Amino acid sequence: MRIALFITCIGDAVMPEVGKATVAVLERLGHEVVFPEDQTCCGQMHLNSGYPQEAERLADRFVRVFDGFDTIVSPSSSCVGTVRELRPELHGRLFELSELLVGRLGVTDVGASFPHRVTYHPTCHSLRVTRVGDAPLRLLDAVAGLERIELDRAFECCGFGGTFAVKNADTSTAMVDDKVAAIVASGAEVCTAIDGSCLMQIGGRLARENAPVRTMHLAEILAQTAAA
Amino acid sequence: MSAPARPFPRAAREALADPQLRANLRVATDTIRLKRDRVVAELPDWEKLRDAGRAIKRDVLAHLDEYLVQFEAAVTDAGGHVHWAPDAAAANRVVLDVARAHGVHEIVKVKSLTTDEIGLNNALAAGGVLALETDLAELILQLDGDWSSHILVPAIHRNRTEIREIFRRTIARSDLTDDPADLAEAARLFLRERFLHARMGVSGANFGVAQTGSVCVVESEGNGRMCTTLPPVLVTILGIEKLVPTFADLEVFLQLLPRSATGERMNPYTSLWTGTTTGDGPSEFHVVLLDGGRTRVLADEVGRQALHCIRCSACLNVCPVYSRTGGHAYGSVYPGPIGAILTPQLQGIEKASTLPFASSLCGACYEVCPVKIDIPAVLVHLRAKAVQAGGDTPERSGMRAVAWAFGKRWRFGLAQRLARFAQRPFRREGAIRHAPPPLSAWTRTRDLPPLADESFSDWWRGRP
Repeated sequence: MRIALFITCIGDAVMPEVGKATVAVLERLGHEVVFPEDQTCCGQMHLNSGYPQEAERLADRFVRVFDGFDTIVSPSSSCVGTVRELRPELHGRLFELSELLVGRLGVTDVGASFPHRVTYHPTCHSLRVTRVGDAPLRLLDAVAGLERIELDRAFECCGFGGTFAVKNADTSTAMVDDKVAAIVASGAEVCTAIDGSCLMQIGGRLARENAPVRTMHLAEILAQTAAA
Repeated sequence: MSAPARPFPRAAREALADPQLRANLRVATDTIRLKRDRVVAELPDWEKLRDAGRAIKRDVLAHLDEYLVQFEAAVTDAGGHVHWAPDAAAANRVVLDVARAHGVHEIVKVKSLTTDEIGLNNALAAGGVLALETDLAELILQLDGDWSSHILVPAIHRNRTEIREIFRRTIARSDLTDDPADLAEAARLFLRERFLHARMGVSGANFGVAQTGSVCVVESEGNGRMCTTLPPVLVTILGIEKLVPTFADLEVFLQLLPRSATGERMNPYTSLWTGTTTGDGPSEFHVVLLDGGRTRVLADEVGRQALHCIRCSACLNVCPVYSRTGGHAYGSVYPGPIGAILTPQLQGIEKASTLPFASSLCGACYEVCPVKIDIPAVLVHLRAKAVQAGGDTPERSGMRAVAWAFGKRWRFGLAQRLARFAQRPFRREGAIRHAPPPLSAWTRTRDLPPLADESFSDWWRGRP
């Protein structure tokens, strides 16, 4: 299948490894990945910060850039949710990665191997906006050697919330502190999720606290193979 | 009464610095949240009930003019008096006038957010009338000069040792223990005396029935019923959005409300009365229909759904922000997610401009709301209004510049190159630990990943 990749602004500038992993997984499954180079941002930050006109322009831009592609994938559930809310006509064309793999392509075993203890943080937008269901868990459970550990109070927000993390930094930190405590208590070596921005929040606090847990995007785990 | 209004981030910072408060809140909100989850799971038609609740509220708001007139006629027919109050001052004046007409200097009050919203106690005090709170938690706060911090559990931030001290200082003997039964008994002894002498009661209302003119108050303690049945004069302040069309509609809300609020299948006391009845209850009954900004909210197509609210407070108990900061940080009679969308609309966005931002937009509130208020959508809507009302700010210029950069691929690429250059002095071993403002708010507690040396697009372009 020919799949257009929406990398997202943060994915492009700050965490390109997530995009590379997404490409690796899809190509390993025999799909053709194309990258419309004119793409920039979904408009979520503007929409959620009180700048709807700017967000609308970016949503228009998204539709234009991805015109002609039947299947679009992004490794960010909150960006997918935002674009689908702003442009409902993209339902059925635009997918978050785990949605695409499990829901559309019917794959759970992507041939990955990752012999580590992993806990999954279900991000708020993946639960309540994009509604990916258990797709990420099914993918993780099919990874060779991976031991998945349940996260206490998993449903609770990590405190990122876009500009909330800066505007209400103290509250945001109080929230991530509880999240980080639950992650550390789980005994996992890796905390994974399907939103890079939430992982930035969790990972940033884990690193500051010198906690023995690292964050990895789901795509990065799925890209790991026994040979690598 | 609510805590004073201040910018939320600052008020929250102070609240967060109190570890005892955070622990109390966590335990209390968890307990109510889990109880709610259990009793909601018992109902196979819960989602249909929510849909019905929302549909009824939508109908009420769409035909409010008709329902209000119908309600007024029904109340009048049943022997009651109806007053229309465009604002808080007008509503307070009605209550004070009734008190004066009867020479009353002390009234007993049912727990009521609406009377807090209009500042009734202070207005009465200024007119020489004492308003005594009779809900146990409200009484505790009143005796201590404290403010409510939760819609349903106003003293959620106080523990029983603190309450014993307050009672010892004010209404009880010095040998009072902090056993909950003893504390309740102390309040009972104090309040019963006042109920028996009270000549006027004041209440809010959970629902008003347009068809019959009936008023409904839902409570746990029974003290509310004392206020609405013992004194010969009763005044009820009713927000105009609290109407339901028919008596049968209560069936929906009396299932939604207790399960969402206290996690009970049915609350202990549900009082319903219609006008006056000779020899039973008050002989004089007044209803004050309060606008207080509600018609302005009604005019906003997105924001008006905030008027669906039945004050259950389920959104507070699941909110990751509220459960850490508590209610005082909101500086509003209505705290938590519902307060963050109701207060800025009732008072005007410029008076509560930080409240719509006091949320990570996690969506937990929308999920539990018994009348399906899309709180995140209203928050986002109000953020745009707050930005507009704020005029030209550095943030606005910055946001515009970022949007401009996102407008063309080459601009985004250039912005990245500039940022990569600018971040150099702040980068230490693959992380930024001290960034300049506004990102310093992030790096004060969290590492920030720097921009990658090679963006994904650059990598893609260089692929063989």
